[in-house]
Amino acid sequence: MHTAEIAHLLRLEWELDRRQKHVWGSMALYVVSTVYVCYQGVRHLAEVPVWNALFWIILLFAAFNALGRSFQRESQGRQLYLYTLASPRSVVLARTLYNALTMAVLSLLSLCAYALFIGSGPLEQSRADIFLAVVLAGGIGFAMALTLIAALAARAGNGIGLMAILGFPIVLPMLLSVMKASKLALDGMGWNVTGKYVLWLVLIDLITVALAWLLFPYLWRD
Amino acid sequence: MKGWWWKGISVALLLYVVVVGLRTRLGPTLVHASIDRIAPGGASLEATGYNTHFLRETPQAWLENDGQRICATHVEVVSNNSFKADFNVPAGLRSNLTSLWAWDAKDGPLVLRDAFFTEGLGQGMAGESCTVGSAPRKGFNFPNRSILNETIRNLFFHVPMWFTMMVLMTIAFWQSLMVLRTGDPAADRKALAAVDVSLLFAALGLITGSIWARATWGDWWTSDPKLNGAAVTVLIYAAYLILRGSVPDPHKRARLAAIYNIFAFALMLVFTMVLPRLTDSLHPGNGGNPAFSQYDLDSSLRAVFYPAVAGWVLLGLWAYDLQRRYARLKHLADEVNDR
Repeated sequence: MHTAEIAHLLRLEWELDRRQKHVWGSMALYVVSTVYVCYQGVRHLAEVPVWNALFWIILLFAAFNALGRSFQRESQGRQLYLYTLASPRSVVLARTLYNALTMAVLSLLSLCAYALFIGSGPLEQSRADIFLAVVLAGGIGFAMALTLIAALAARAGNGIGLMAILGFPIVLPMLLSVMKASKLALDGMGWNVTGKYVLWLVLIDLITVALAWLLFPYLWRD
Repeated sequence: MKGWWWKGISVALLLYVVVVGLRTRLGPTLVHASIDRIAPGGASLEATGYNTHFLRETPQAWLENDGQRICATHVEVVSNNSFKADFNVPAGLRSNLTSLWAWDAKDGPLVLRDAFFTEGLGQGMAGESCTVGSAPRKGFNFPNRSILNETIRNLFFHVPMWFTMMVLMTIAFWQSLMVLRTGDPAADRKALAAVDVSLLFAALGLITGSIWARATWGDWWTSDPKLNGAAVTVLIYAAYLILRGSVPDPHKRARLAAIYNIFAFALMLVFTMVLPRLTDSLHPGNGGNPAFSQYDLDSSLRAVFYPAVAGWVLLGLWAYDLQRRYARLKHLADEVNDR
């Protein structure tokens, strides 16, 4: 494991994003406009299950949208150059970490927009700390599960469409448990009830990262 | 596997499964009593059985309350599947639930548990319990459970479908590993053949499961961790086929498909083996819900279930073998045509 290499790659990602500010702008705009469309449809939502489900649906599609581009923004040539400089495992770990950070920011942003437009009523009787932890764990989990899928879809030369098809069955079980955990947190349940779901999420995250680490070298080799 | 012997074994086993699995009768049991509460004094009821043989020999009938037995004063057989019985119910029974029992030499002990709500409770009835027959039933029958009833035979078809699917997906996983290790195009064809056949078995598992769910739970599909796991599995392998379809270059296709297969198979194992155990489930074998072993006290189900698993798995391997050989011949024909 090359920590220095991974740190360098993370810096590279950050620099790329800093120079292309429109990328972050487009992600934020995607989330806000989706939330606004939902707002036009439902105005204020007070029922906890529907509020919860709608939030996760929005976040899921935001994740596909944000992560789908993570292996597509560089040209083939620059990708090849990058791979000659760094080991593929460092590349995939750095990408995964960076995507996780992106998704953490994006899920908080989505939550703010969502609470602003659709209503923060369900949050008021909830264990907000646990709900926040579950939202972060869920967003980061999406990033970890979908990074390898995004690389696969980019390699197959087929954009977000293929990524949704390949990624949906992978994130579905994760989505089910994260929705359940956040529903429990909204109902005001403590860690003793929600803890096992969060633990389970962390376990899946570790497994997906380990698999990505194992498989990625075969993916970029042409 | 070379040779024909294992195909013969598969056919023989499945023939045995179909004949024995569908023709064996369910064990006799009581299914209904005409009254649902008893009070001190006289009580008359008509009991209905299933697969019973009351005409051969008038059964003994008794009530059982907290270990105390009250025998019928008079039993009149109506038909093979029903009899009328009169009881003198004493006052002061201890439990508010009373079971109905019957026994005859052919059917062995029959019970309708907690059939009656009991009135006039006390510290137990005065006097001795009556003595009754207890010799067990002889013969080979499947367990007769309420709700499941005759659908219990689906065990020999529904469950082995998933076992066969898992065996084939494990083969596909192994062949995908081989693709990454050696780049052998034959391994890629084998992986695809195994996925094709395993999806066929998944479809059969879904159909048999759906019919069973309708018969026992009252709905074609329910939101249940085990069912979600099955749906995810089918979606994953459908996505595998779509991924293959969207990459034209065969070498790249083989590698990308192998990577997705390995990734998805490992996660699918986690999702279908671990996740259902975390939550409550209607499905047998999950969430504190026991599998079929608890029903199978005399191993009559096992006597058909194990051969069924072996037979279906061998049939699946046979189908895989044919599919693999077909793909190879097609590949060779394409090569000849290209030349």
